[in-house]
Order: sequence, then structure tokens, then C-alpha cells
Amino acid sequence: MAKEIAPAIAGWYTSGDEPHLIGSQCKQCQTYFFPKQELFCKNPVCRSTEFDEVELSRRGKIWSYTEHYYRPPEPYISGEDFQPYTIAAVELEKEKMVILGQLANGVQHADLKAGLEVELVVEELYEQDDTAMTVWKWKPVDA
Amino acid sequence: MAKEVAVLGVGMHPWGKWGKSFVEYGLKACNDALDDAGLEWQDIQVVAGAETVRCGYAGYVAGATFAEALGWNGAPVSTSYAACASGSQAINNARAMILADMADVVLVVGADTTPKGFLAPNAGERWTDPDWLRFRLMGCTNPTYFALYARRRMDLYGATEEDFAAVKVKNAKHGLANPNARYHKEFSMEQVLESPMVADPLRLLEICATSDGGAAVVISSMEYARKCKVDPVKIRAVSTITPTYPMTSIEMPYFSTDSAAAVPAPQRSFKDSISHAAYEEAGLGPEDMSLAEVYDLSSALELDWYENLGLCGAGEAEKLLRNGDTKIGGRIPVNPSGGLACFGEAVPAQALAQVCELTWHLRGQAGARQVEGAKAGITANVGLFGHGSSVICSV
Repeated sequence: MAKEIAPAIAGWYTSGDEPHLIGSQCKQCQTYFFPKQELFCKNPVCRSTEFDEVELSRRGKIWSYTEHYYRPPEPYISGEDFQPYTIAAVELEKEKMVILGQLANGVQHADLKAGLEVELVVEELYEQDDTAMTVWKWKPVDA
Repeated sequence: MAKEVAVLGVGMHPWGKWGKSFVEYGLKACNDALDDAGLEWQDIQVVAGAETVRCGYAGYVAGATFAEALGWNGAPVSTSYAACASGSQAINNARAMILADMADVVLVVGADTTPKGFLAPNAGERWTDPDWLRFRLMGCTNPTYFALYARRRMDLYGATEEDFAAVKVKNAKHGLANPNARYHKEFSMEQVLESPMVADPLRLLEICATSDGGAAVVISSMEYARKCKVDPVKIRAVSTITPTYPMTSIEMPYFSTDSAAAVPAPQRSFKDSISHAAYEEAGLGPEDMSLAEVYDLSSALELDWYENLGLCGAGEAEKLLRNGDTKIGGRIPVNPSGGLACFGEAVPAQALAQVCELTWHLRGQAGARQVEGAKAGITANVGLFGHGSSVICSV
């Protein structure tokens, strides 16, 4: 039987074959935000409190990256078989911002370099009560 | 020049993992600073504390905690929290009261007792706290950010793992002569490069530990200093600025940078703007500095600071390092104290410790690590959630 799947956090990304991060865009000054900004616009010359929920570009270029060899502290949830994982900072051209995320499972750290094109995927982050809790990750386009 | 205040006294409790109350470290630092200033506790008119969030309520009200420990003398107190920048904010609060003629002489103090291992967010389920969420959703630790900057330097500027190791080798050597440092051990390049990889490309010996420690500074008006008949080291500038929107560098604890799609990026990056504000206030420039104490949370991060402080242009930090310019005896020694590499971080005390170090050099009291003929120096760090921190002192 397939495991149940649920997002580790609700409302931060879409699912399906072509998932997107869900951000927000100020209705007045058009600035983008991730995670979504809903209370006030952070642009100092804009007092808007109204935002559109928007799907952010699902492709971007690696700004930098790092592989982790130690189990991070709580509240990160990692099983007994801790495996190194990689975090990348990815530049989105249209939104002109950099967003962090883990790299997809199985991506070789040695194959990475700044400028490499990646796209958004959704993968399991940890298992809880027989449910696969998912999160957004970045995956090289040609991988 | 009207904004100058005097450093009358400095004191520290050595950094380490002593397992005692932070109050004990702070008290020792206060008494040393008072002795150094030639003052009694009863002379102090205000206490400006830097908060620790890891030691319970006494830490939240650090100013009062130290005033009580010294023996209530009726002095007003304040307590500042700005993460790693807390010490600078406490100095700035003290300075503001002096410059506003609300006090002549103020005791500034910060101390911490830290847990082992990675600094972790506060406990509980905190689904709206980015500092909690970054650990939960990405396993994104503080070294993650340091490693992202380090890798960026490699891919952009051709920095090497040997460069990062060389920073550690340099700082370890500097710290040998510092009695307040926690680590007094020289390392070879090979030893650093053989230490376990933590967050690629950064290794265990290149990432700063967390430490216990305490530091205190007595500052006063220039007039008060003259009455004490001393020719004091002067605080010429204190920069505690926040970023200018949009902040386009990825900083702890955020998931993203601000977007520059609607509002163009500012002329200077946040870290560049911190020292820029300090230089402007002091009327001095990088060329006037004799030394710098910067936050080497990682060895690679020290290289970023060379550029952020204007000691060299973007992409030139490795050249500065390789030339030996930033070691004691070089053109502009950086972290003659040994830096965080030899101290480990005691958050609320660290920015104060940086000012203690500048003071000793500017007085010619730094012993075997003395930067000869030091005339002016600058400190720099950044506190979580947009807190800039830079202090310029001069003779």
C-alpha cells in the first residue's frame, strides 16, 4: 500500500508534475515575497496590505550550495540512518530573489556549480505516523 | 568630533566552557573593567547590559542582573538584545545617554553560558518563526549560511580550501598570545584540511564553537575622562544600522532574499553598509585603520569581511590573505585577538570583547600580539534578523 503523502507545511508549494513555490505579490508595488507576505508590504515606500498569491518561477540558477555531513539539531527530523544532504540557494530571474531549499535526493554534490539550472520538485523530507511529509527541493534540470 | 566618548576601562573573563553561571563571568569582567578605569562600582551612573537568551530570566534582564550582582547602587539599567550585535547596541545605548548629558560614566557588560554543539532555535512548535522553520523544513543550520558564502567565493573568485584553512592557521597563531582566548593551539594547514567536513567546503576547525565568556567596558564623556586625568582611547563611531530594502544577500535565518524586481537593489550590500556608516560617522576611512576585529564565524567569512570593510576590493580578499597583509606584522592585521577561531562565540559578550581588543592595541597593552603603532581600529559583526554592528576606536 502506498504511503499517505502530506506537505510538511501547508500553503508553501503546489504539488503535481510541475510544482511551484507559492509566494505573494503586492497588489500596489508588485514586489514578490517568499514565504508569502500577507500582513504588510515590506517595501518601505509602500503601505499596501493587499497581496495576490502567486506561483513563483519553478526554474532558477544555483547561486551557491553546501553539503551537510552532520545531523542538524531539532526541530529537524531525521531518522536513525542520517544521510548527508545538500542545501542550495537558487536565483529566480523574474522575481530577482534567491530562495533556499534542499537539493533533490541522489543529486551528486560534485556535479554542482554556481550558475547551474535547477527546477523545483517535491520530495519526502521525513516520515511521520506512516505519512510521507514532503517539502520543496531543487533538482538540476539535466539530472 | 562632538560625538566622541572615552573608553575608561575594559575587562574580560576568559572564554571557555566553564559550566558556571554567566553572572560570574560578567561580574569578573565588570570588576576588571572598573579596576582598569580606576573607578569604584559606586561611581557608575548607568548599567547597559547585553542580553543572553540562553540563561533564563536573569539573562533577559542582564542589565539588572549585573547591577544586583555588583550590589544595587540605584543606577538606572538598560538591556539590549540584537543577537550577535547585542554588545554594540548596549555600547550605543550607553553612548547615547552620555552624549545626551544624561550620564557621565556607564558600565557596559555582556556574558553568556552556552550549550554544546550547533546553536538551535528556541524549543516548541513555532510554525511562524523563520528561525525554527529553517531547521524544520531544510535542516538549515548557521554553518549552512557560512558555507553558502564560502562556496560562492570559490565559484566566483577562485578561493580555495587552502585559503580558508590559512585564515584558521593565521588566527590560531594570533590567539596563542591571548590569555582571554579559549584555544591556545597552533594548527598546520594539513591539520585544518584533515579535520572533518561539516558543511562543505567548511571543516570542523573552520567553524567557530560556542563558548562561555564575559566582557565589560566602562565608557564616559570626554570631560569625565579629563577629570580622571587620562588620555583615553576614544569611541569614534558606533554603527548599529539595519539593511536597506531590498536586502539582496541571503542572511540568517531567512528562506530567501528580498526581491529586487520592483525596487532596485541599494548601492551597497548590507554588510558593506555597516562599516560605511561607521566610517562616515568617524570621519575616517579603511586606509586609516591599523587593525580590525571581525566576526570569523567561519574562516571563509573573514575573507568576506576584508571586502565589506573596504580593506580591499571585491574578489581581492584571497590576495590580501596570501600576501600576509592581515597577519600581525602585516599591513592591516585582522583578528589579532585570534578571533572567533580562538574564542568561540559568547553571543552577548563578543562585540564587547572586540572593543576590549581594540582598546588594548590602541593603548599598546596587547603584549606579544600587539599591532605596533596602532592608531585606529574597527570591529564588525552582524546579528541575526538584520542587526549591523561596527565600532571604530582611535587613540
